[in-house]
Amino acid sequence: MIPAGFEYHRPGDIASAIGILQEHGDEARVIAGGHSLIPMMKLRMAEMGHLVDLQAIDELRGVEIGPETVTLGAMVTQHELITHDGLTAAIPLIREAALQIADPQVRYMGTVGGNVANGDPGNDMPGLMQCLNASFELSGPDGNRSVAARDFYEAAYFTAREDEEILTRISIPVPGAGVGQAYEKQKRKIGDYATAAAAVMVGNGTASVAMTNLADTPVWSESASTALAGGNVDACVTAMLDAIEPVEDNRGPVEFKKHVAAVMLRRAIDRAQSRAG
Amino acid sequence: MSKMHVKLTVNGKQVEGLAEPRTLLIHFLREDLKITGPHIGCETSHCGACTVDIDGKSVKSCTTFVAQVNGADITTVEGLANDDGSLGVLQEMFREHHGLQCGFCTPGMITRAHRLLQENPTPTEEDIRFGMAGNLCRCTGYQNIVKAISASADMLNAQKEAAE
Repeated sequence: MIPAGFEYHRPGDIASAIGILQEHGDEARVIAGGHSLIPMMKLRMAEMGHLVDLQAIDELRGVEIGPETVTLGAMVTQHELITHDGLTAAIPLIREAALQIADPQVRYMGTVGGNVANGDPGNDMPGLMQCLNASFELSGPDGNRSVAARDFYEAAYFTAREDEEILTRISIPVPGAGVGQAYEKQKRKIGDYATAAAAVMVGNGTASVAMTNLADTPVWSESASTALAGGNVDACVTAMLDAIEPVEDNRGPVEFKKHVAAVMLRRAIDRAQSRAG
Repeated sequence: MSKMHVKLTVNGKQVEGLAEPRTLLIHFLREDLKITGPHIGCETSHCGACTVDIDGKSVKSCTTFVAQVNGADITTVEGLANDDGSLGVLQEMFREHHGLQCGFCTPGMITRAHRLLQENPTPTEEDIRFGMAGNLCRCTGYQNIVKAISASADMLNAQKEAAE
């Protein structure tokens, strides 16, 4: 399992990285932790002439905790998310979800930016970021822009990010005091993607509900969120089951996935409610 | 594709070589440097037999390009022996508690357990099982691996106390 050859680049700042992407167009791709991309390269399902490694770009690192907003650099690893006490105090949901991603070795390398930018429906962070109403900062040849996580995902592996743009930071509004949070994930074994996973925030008359790996994009449902904000758990679950579009695969048939989705969502709601107020 | 100049510190020694950027770290270690402790198991980032320690992180070297770690400080299972060549604490405890049968997964197990104990010197059984979740063993059923790591923690802590 040897990948096809490529030229390796390790730029030191965002502008240089974008320059390389512009110069080589379709032939170039960025690599963060590489634990999604390298397996695909080994299978020769991904080939590129130029690999642009983002590890030396300091602007892509760091966790900033503000009173109203938390900002994560795209190259912050899952391991850093788990071990950052200030982040866990501000938004405990992030650590709870990150602990359920892959395995320890992968979490040392896997980055939050790679997880959200890849567009893989199996990744956990996209649904989580939709639940939290995060926004993604993109830098490209024409400057910087911000896209809401809820508007970012178009189809499996297709996102609002243009080929010559780099996802640089993630901004997350800090949920108000009294808002309970929970992430529930059902998987067949350690390291697996979710059969179904639910991210829930509830409290102070507000709620937000998103689910993972039950459609070709993450699913945040406004009607499910509104129902839960009004205290109607059954209506929330019904609305979410209506919003998801699971397909049969090696994790089970459609009916089973809907069943697991409802179980995960109810458990996440229970736990989030028990932490609210 | 042109080869690149690779400089690494492996088990405390400076090493250099030429490699294509696409060369996986596990291949560079085994074939160029003849460091054959880390094993190639699944080749798909699941089994952990290729685990090495890179700048204080447990990493699957089958899912890492040598280009990405150029300049890094790497420890393999060979580097966890004592200076006189005798077995280090984790290696000795795996032997004593029968933490291996065929031994194929053992280099990855021990290298990962080393980092786990650096980060958490007093792990519970649950901490060990969760912390070792990226390493698969098809022989032992894990019981004795968990015992070996737990015994290593006790011994390392006793050694530390005695030294103070």
